[in-house]
Amino acid sequence: MKKRLSLLFSLMLVLSLFLAACGGFDKKESADDTKKGEDKKADVPQELHININTEPFSLHPGLANDSTSGTVLRQTFEGLTVIKDGKPDLAAAESYEVSDDLTTYTFKLRDAKWTNGDPVTAHDFEYAWKWALDPKNQSQYAYQLYYIKNGQAFNEGKAKAEDVGVKAIDDKTLQVTLENPTPYFLELTAFYTYYPVNSKIAQQNPDWYKNAGDQYTSNGPFKMVSWEHNSKIVLEKNENYWDANNVKLTKIEMVMVNDPNTELSMFNNGELDWAGSPTGNLPTDALPQLKQEGKLHVQPIAGTYWYKFNTEKAPLNNVNIRKALTYAIDRKAIVENITKGEQVPAMAAVPPTMFPENEKGYFKDNDVEKAKEHLQKGLEELGLKDVKDLPPITLSFNTSEAHAKIAQAIQDMWKKNLGIEVKLENAEWNVYIDKLHSGDYQIGRMGWLGDFNDPINFLELYRDKKGGNNDTNWENPKYKQLLIDSQKEKDSEKRLQMLKEAEAILMDELPIAPIYFYTQTWVQKDNLKGVELSGLGDVQFKWAYFE
Amino acid sequence: MLRYIGRRLLYMLLSLFLIITATFFLMRAAPGGPFSGEKKLPPEIEKNLNEFYGLDRPWYEQYFDYLTSIAQWDFGPSFKYKGQTVNDLINSGFPVSFFLGMEALLIAVGMGVLLGIIAALNHNKWQDYAAMIFAVLGISVPSFIMASLLQYVLAIKLGVFPVARWESFMHTILPAIALATGPTAFIARLTRSSMLEVLSNDYIRTAKAKGLSRMQITVRHAIRNALLPVVSYLGPLSAGVITGSFVIEKIFGIPGLGSHFVLSISNRDYTVIMGVTVFYSIILLAAILLVDIAYGLIDPRIKLAGGKKGE
Repeated sequence: MKKRLSLLFSLMLVLSLFLAACGGFDKKESADDTKKGEDKKADVPQELHININTEPFSLHPGLANDSTSGTVLRQTFEGLTVIKDGKPDLAAAESYEVSDDLTTYTFKLRDAKWTNGDPVTAHDFEYAWKWALDPKNQSQYAYQLYYIKNGQAFNEGKAKAEDVGVKAIDDKTLQVTLENPTPYFLELTAFYTYYPVNSKIAQQNPDWYKNAGDQYTSNGPFKMVSWEHNSKIVLEKNENYWDANNVKLTKIEMVMVNDPNTELSMFNNGELDWAGSPTGNLPTDALPQLKQEGKLHVQPIAGTYWYKFNTEKAPLNNVNIRKALTYAIDRKAIVENITKGEQVPAMAAVPPTMFPENEKGYFKDNDVEKAKEHLQKGLEELGLKDVKDLPPITLSFNTSEAHAKIAQAIQDMWKKNLGIEVKLENAEWNVYIDKLHSGDYQIGRMGWLGDFNDPINFLELYRDKKGGNNDTNWENPKYKQLLIDSQKEKDSEKRLQMLKEAEAILMDELPIAPIYFYTQTWVQKDNLKGVELSGLGDVQFKWAYFE
Repeated sequence: MLRYIGRRLLYMLLSLFLIITATFFLMRAAPGGPFSGEKKLPPEIEKNLNEFYGLDRPWYEQYFDYLTSIAQWDFGPSFKYKGQTVNDLINSGFPVSFFLGMEALLIAVGMGVLLGIIAALNHNKWQDYAAMIFAVLGISVPSFIMASLLQYVLAIKLGVFPVARWESFMHTILPAIALATGPTAFIARLTRSSMLEVLSNDYIRTAKAKGLSRMQITVRHAIRNALLPVVSYLGPLSAGVITGSFVIEKIFGIPGLGSHFVLSISNRDYTVIMGVTVFYSIILLAAILLVDIAYGLIDPRIKLAGGKKGE
């Protein structure tokens, strides 16, 4: 009898735990009911369902430093400018003036309100930028604001907040002084680190950004109504927005599903209106099928997939060996058979979205003849008789199926075309990046995506030998000087010419072997229009609507 | 009994301490840090961040500080998710994983035991073969394939369930089944073999001789003894299942705790790594203890306090 009681007892224990856990659902189910009610009203519900993959790291414009946060912030906040049709357009600013030396910008703000009805003032911009630069606020993206005079000095504790070159002259006038003439400054003001923050609220409640609610105020086309961490974010149209008449979507639901196959299934099942880039991912295996069905959308973006050569390690210190390796890659085969997303073979460093002529590039793809010539020359310079005397080269990449396939293909091409032995080595992302940054590699894979729409983004990586992201240990005085001079050039045509010249040097010395330019691929509902995708892989839903 | 539990709790604390120490040092030994990324931070900013999070202090200071705050159940702020503490992440993720885990556990135990008993009672008949074919399939098909299969058939083709996400009870069914498949199959096999063994015992023959019905024999005499191995398997199983499965949560987009186990490591989010490890260890150790206690209750032949310990 005792035994039976105890069995009963254990069963009850399990059951009660189960029932206790059931309680959590009531709230969510009622939320579902209200959603159904709304659906019936409009003819075509203006509600967008997208996947943003993961939980955003932070929805504070000054703290955000990842693309997911950027996607959300771009809908809820608005900077002085916004990128439309690939060019900066005025947004929170009504007009602006630039001084002759291109270092002082004076913005006139339009009459706009925060979601809680407070007016958006120049003080909000000043507050937000100084907050992000203030070293005690631990902003990782503070360096995006280093273009502002004394921005870096303040961030490094070498100057005071008053010295920073941003000042609210009155409620509607913002004056910005820059460190150097920055021809792309209006691109930068569209970036989220440059967004304003409601200073009235932020000064009172330093935790305002942690959750949705009354305290979370923004000035963009949408407002955040709920944020279930790790699960979903719901945005609704911001009726207080100055351009609310042009915002047609009433609601955006952003779910966080970090699995490309599930994302596509949800799209096929009608649970999502958009699957794939820029907010999510499509499974590579599904791309050919989607393309065949005519559903796949492809757009080039400002990104380059390249191999870096460690120019201080033999034999890669020899420019002819680097040339041989670079020319002997069949990029067309890689993009057609491995990546499958209509990527563009890259024979240049700066993507065609910035330099349209770079679709052709500086050299021929898969130029085996020329590669062999350079190999011969390189071997002679190294004092080697035959390619067999060359010790095997190590090619490193971070662990991922896609990178592995590309590396294997290139290993095969180098072996077949040049007879060079290559060893493959992969490592977990953080371990890999550590090796790369510390120069402990021979050839390493890397991708680079532009932060703003200007070639300097790609070229300045290789300006300084020890400049953070160079990794190749390559430096060229002429290249460096061209980049420094370009920063001061006021004529934009001349400036681009200088940058092209610099790129030509880079593509002649080849501390890097470009492989392909990134594209983004996605599927979407046919009646969804007006989604603004920038060449940087950013998305803006302000003008989006369902037909 | 109380003395036994007391001693076990002490051992638990000791194991926990060893786990924390090992994790702490292994984690720090891994190259890279929470702020390293594709775009390298300016050194000044990185230095500032390291100072703020105390990563620039000597290891022993960090280690002892960490032990003290864990003792107060404070796991600190997440390095990556600004504005969320590790306690927040656990508090919001665990109930979801727990609910899903319990659902899966109920399915696994219910179905597994039932299948096992049916198979044993119909030894070498078609029911037995059918159940064991199911069990072999269940064990050998990985859960992520099961999950995709369920999604494809039940959600996309038949439209009975939503594909993914965690919104209503309907959303929980597919992931629970996917999570339960492996354990169901395992429990079915365990039950079958121990049931067969029990059925050949003398006391079952006695019961038969007494003229008891088959039903009575099975329910009253056979099952309870046959379940012992299942109970011992339940401990680690439930600890694993209620803290969330990375794969299942990823495929179904479930905001549970499982994803943090893996993502925190690739993010080098030190505090989250420590937090979820400690949390999981506590659950695992507690589950094992509960199982050992349950053992004694179900089968009095196993004495806990004496020289012979349960497992």
